[in-house]
Amino acid sequence: MSKIIKVGMADANVCVAPDVITTLGLGSCVGIVLYDPVNKIAGLAHVMLPDSTKIINNSNKYKFADTAIDILIKDMMRIGVNRNNLVAKIAGGAQMFNFGNSSEMMRIGDRNVEATKEKLAQLGIRILAEDTGANYGRTIEFYSETGMLHIKAVGRELKII
Amino acid sequence: MSDLDLNQISNMQYDVLREIGNIGAGNATTALSQVSNWRIDMKVAKVELLEFKELSDIVGGAERIVVGILFTLEKDIDGMMMFMMDMPASRYLVNILLGNPQPDGVSEDFDFNEIELSALSEIGNIIAGAYLSSLSTLTNFTITSSIPYMAIDMAGAILSVPAIEFGKIGDKALLIETEFGDVQKTVNGYFILIPTLNSYTAILKSLGIIG
Repeated sequence: MSKIIKVGMADANVCVAPDVITTLGLGSCVGIVLYDPVNKIAGLAHVMLPDSTKIINNSNKYKFADTAIDILIKDMMRIGVNRNNLVAKIAGGAQMFNFGNSSEMMRIGDRNVEATKEKLAQLGIRILAEDTGANYGRTIEFYSETGMLHIKAVGRELKII
Repeated sequence: MSDLDLNQISNMQYDVLREIGNIGAGNATTALSQVSNWRIDMKVAKVELLEFKELSDIVGGAERIVVGILFTLEKDIDGMMMFMMDMPASRYLVNILLGNPQPDGVSEDFDFNEIELSALSEIGNIIAGAYLSSLSTLTNFTITSSIPYMAIDMAGAILSVPAIEFGKIGDKALLIETEFGDVQKTVNGYFILIPTLNSYTAILKSLGIIG
């Protein structure tokens, strides 16, 4: 039997096959899945903000795209992940409210996605698939056995990437 | 910049925030009763400071479908404010505003038509306006709010927007839960005020809570 491991907002966790790792109701936040397909180990971070260096109170490292990815990799290596095997799938970064004039504050979803991609590029981790942007919330489930990311949204069909 | 830390919020700050909520709820009740010709009671159930992780549990889980009505704030206070309700609460208030009969059971139907959607948005306007006037009366600040922006989606997704704004200040979010209803039925709504850090300091200063 596989377990389902839940990850909350500004949080992260790891999972080993055959377990499933999930985060519910992603809005403007981004869900970042890192996966080692050889060892079948996955990590999932639910980040809220792009950049820890722009915020005074940055004690929770899982809150930011830049620091969360670093820590998640460390957490994963501790349970046997080979850093060179890592690939990524990302989802989220929606704009939940339709603001007419999109000020910097309102574009937070896009900025989270951009920051995530930048950080992964820096680390040389390839993004295999993404389902980002748009204006609706997503629940994501990653199956560490198959390496597939299932995306559920209100009134939409299940999407598998 | 300010050294204010939302994680260190004191009992006195709680009391003041609860009071703003209470007066706001009172104003909102009066306004809603006037437009609907219906006697609606409202009370502030609780003010809570929650970890982001726990935030959506309070409304019944991150995947629960809710209505979120969001406003941006300007003038003396910058930031945003959101009023959120679940489907039974939204149905209840829409039916009151439009003079429709209330269904017997609890309605989880979120398929609102255009008239009902604009009624919802108007309800958000009335309730948010009531809270804002309470805040501006207590602080002597001029606060203007934008038009209402509305979204119907999973609670976690809707809450991510204010949570991210709070995330710039601390690791917790401040939630004011309001109970409203009539003799037969009560439903819950949630009010979230997210001033920018500087504005939050300004509010507490003007209320005499911090020097």
